[in-house]
Amino acid sequence: MIRFTHVTKRYPKGGPAIDDVSFHVNRGEFVFLTGPSGAGKSTILKMVYVEERPSAGEVKVAGFSSAAMGAGTVSKLRRRLGVVFQDFRLLEDRTAEQNVAFALEVIGTPESAVAPKVARVLTQVGLAGKSTAFPHELSGGEQQRVAIARALVNDPLVLLADEPTGNLDERATRGVFQLLREINATGTAVMMATHDLSLVKAHRYRTLEMHRGKLVFDSGAEFPASADEFDTAVPGPAPEPALQGRLPLADAERPADAPDAAPADGAAEAP
Amino acid sequence: MNLAVREALRAFQRAPMLSALSVTTIAFSLFAFGLFGLVALNLRNALQQVEERVEVRAFIAEGTLPEAVAAAIGDIAAFPEVQRVEMVSEVQALDRARRELGEFEDVFEAGILPASLEIRIKDGFRDPESVKAIAKRIENYDFIDDIRYGEEWVEKLYRLRTIASAAGVSLGIVFALVAVIIIGSTIRMAVLARSREIRIMRLVGATNGFIRAPFLIEGFLKGLLGGVLALLLTWVTYQFVGQYVVQATYFGGGMAVLGVLVGALIGLLGSAISVGRHLRRV
Repeated sequence: MIRFTHVTKRYPKGGPAIDDVSFHVNRGEFVFLTGPSGAGKSTILKMVYVEERPSAGEVKVAGFSSAAMGAGTVSKLRRRLGVVFQDFRLLEDRTAEQNVAFALEVIGTPESAVAPKVARVLTQVGLAGKSTAFPHELSGGEQQRVAIARALVNDPLVLLADEPTGNLDERATRGVFQLLREINATGTAVMMATHDLSLVKAHRYRTLEMHRGKLVFDSGAEFPASADEFDTAVPGPAPEPALQGRLPLADAERPADAPDAAPADGAAEAP
Repeated sequence: MNLAVREALRAFQRAPMLSALSVTTIAFSLFAFGLFGLVALNLRNALQQVEERVEVRAFIAEGTLPEAVAAAIGDIAAFPEVQRVEMVSEVQALDRARRELGEFEDVFEAGILPASLEIRIKDGFRDPESVKAIAKRIENYDFIDDIRYGEEWVEKLYRLRTIASAAGVSLGIVFALVAVIIIGSTIRMAVLARSREIRIMRLVGATNGFIRAPFLIEGFLKGLLGGVLALLLTWVTYQFVGQYVVQATYFGGGMAVLGVLVGALIGLLGSAISVGRHLRRV
């Protein structure tokens, strides 16, 4: 569904932000995109939602190719994607439900269809009771839930999350991450950029690791043997299959202070 | 209500001071435009009245046979450029002179003023060239002693009108440009004020046309409001001038509507130019 083929992104100043990256994400997958700041995680996501275009290579998303994409096609593609950010990007002068409805209204959704859809996603993210609250009346975690609701309201093929827990405390992080897992369990692919290694290590999802613009590690969709080292580095229960309906995530499952064995260690052997 | 219109109206609600300011500036630009328009309109009307008096006066030699004059009158009246030919006899000329210059009544003796033909010219032939040509043709009659048509006067009149029109057009363009710039900068502020929304709109897949529409409507509405306000201002000024200075003519209904529409078009144009440029930077 998302395919990067030898993608390079250069900016006029400095070296390449993305350097010859190839990978493929299937429908319904949950993928962590990790790596230090400036490694190119955000740029990868931006190329998926065509905020940036590759300098070389091809990005193909839901059948749309970066090689042939006009402004009209970009908006068509974006209607099939959901994006959330670290800073939520809500409109401060609108309530939670107005923020969500906005995403429907601006793509010309018939007025009668807006309210039921908004109510449905707000319930899905657990904010049914706070639909008339303004962003400043909500906690960080709740604001991120509104943003997720907005990203979900058009039933996207994939939810792109750029450090969605970066501004949240641990409790809110857990809640938001659990929500992302639930969303993934309903069949929506999730691509989440994060440098929160404890999250990555605690869950056996596919991990793409970026370093200085290069894809240095891909655990692979099926957790192939090459990821063994990574697996053994993570203490905790056996891996859970990603697609298994709703997954209640007990706190005990999360090793709060797991040893700092970064997957980067396996990078040298990565394909 | 349509979302684009709602968003445009929201812009007024969100920044009432800024919106009021831009509407007033547009109104003042159009007001200046309108005032000049009124001056031009009245000047034109005045010129028209003066022009209607443009006439060629041909003095008839003494002792000319009345039959010859009558035949000539018939001929001249048949010229396509001629509106009316009138014979002013010696007696009539004397009467008129005595009436117009009452205190010098005694100065005029019978026979001192020659008889003449007064030839009025049709609208459209009152420019210096045509008048001159007509005068030349009339001069060909043997019994015409002298012919006067105030060539300098006609030329001056025309020059005045040309200058007035040129000044009107150029000032109008300048004011329209100022209005476009003002609207452009208010739209720029509106785009920047809404940059967050615009980014989200793009992110969720709103089309460029959709993003642009509220700004175009906003510019159009501001221009429209500015136009109405300007019309009101010129009307008040007109009333004031009419009462204390000079009775003048006001715009007709069609012209008033046209003026307001021009305002709206200026608003639309200003926002269209600005929104394209600034959306790219958001």
